[in-house]
Amino acid sequence: MSSTFDQVATIIAETCDIPRDTITPDSHAIDDLGIDSLDFLDIAFAIDKQFGIKLPLEKWTQEVNDGKATTEQYFVLKNLCARIDELVAAKGASA
Amino acid sequence: MQLEYFHMIDRIVDLNVDEKRIVVEALVPNASTIFEGHFPGYPLMPGVLLIESMAQASGWLQLGVLKFERMPILAAVKEAKVRGSVFPGDLMSIEATLTHQGSGYAVTEAKIRVGGKLRANSTLTFTQIPFPNADMRGHMDAIAKRVGFPQQAVSP
Repeated sequence: MSSTFDQVATIIAETCDIPRDTITPDSHAIDDLGIDSLDFLDIAFAIDKQFGIKLPLEKWTQEVNDGKATTEQYFVLKNLCARIDELVAAKGASA
Repeated sequence: MQLEYFHMIDRIVDLNVDEKRIVVEALVPNASTIFEGHFPGYPLMPGVLLIESMAQASGWLQLGVLKFERMPILAAVKEAKVRGSVFPGDLMSIEATLTHQGSGYAVTEAKIRVGGKLRANSTLTFTQIPFPNADMRGHMDAIAKRVGFPQQAVSP
C-alpha cells in the first residue's frame, strides 16, 4: 500500500493538473503549488473519501485566522499527511 | 416557478434528512421573458437554469440536514448533463441526495425528471457559510414557508 504522501500527491496531481514530480513533502499547497480554496475543496473531498475521514477544514481555518496556528502546520504536505494519519488512527481507535 | 426571480422550486414533495434525500417539484411557466430570447418560436429552459434548479433542490436538502444553521452556496458544477429539453408547461421532479458532508462543504447528486424521464443530472459542490445577515435569513424563512419546507424535519 502506498504511503499517505504518495496518495495525497496523486490526488493533488490529478485534481489540480499539477505535474506529480513537482509535488514534494515540503511543498506548501497554497504558496508553492498555487492551490486555491475551491480546488482545495476537491482535494479535501477526495481525501475524505479515500481515507474515510473528515478533514476539519473549518477548524483549521479558524485556528489560522485566530493566529493560533500557521498555514504551514496544515498545508505543507508532510504536515497535512501527518494530520491525515492522526485522523485515520483516531477513527480506528474509536471504531 | 418565477424564473426572473430565480424562484426555481414550487414545492417540497419529500424531505428525508435521515436518508439525506429530497424531492421537489417545479412547474415551468408557459410565459416568461426568458423564453422571449431562448428561443423565439422554440421556447425551452436554458441549461443553466436546469442546473440552478438542481442546486436549489440540493440547497433545501442541506438546509434541512443543517437545521438552517448554515446557508449552502453553490461552488462547483461537475458532470452536468442536459439529456433532453425541458419546455414551458413541463412539470419537473427534482431529486437530490447528499453524497458527502465535509467540514464546511458538501457534495450532492441531483436529477431532473419530466414524466418520469431523466432530463438532466449533475454533481454539485457547495460551501456552507453562516447566514451573512438577518435579511438573507428572513428571505430564506419566507421562501421556506412558500415551498412548504417541513419544519418538523428540523425540529430537535
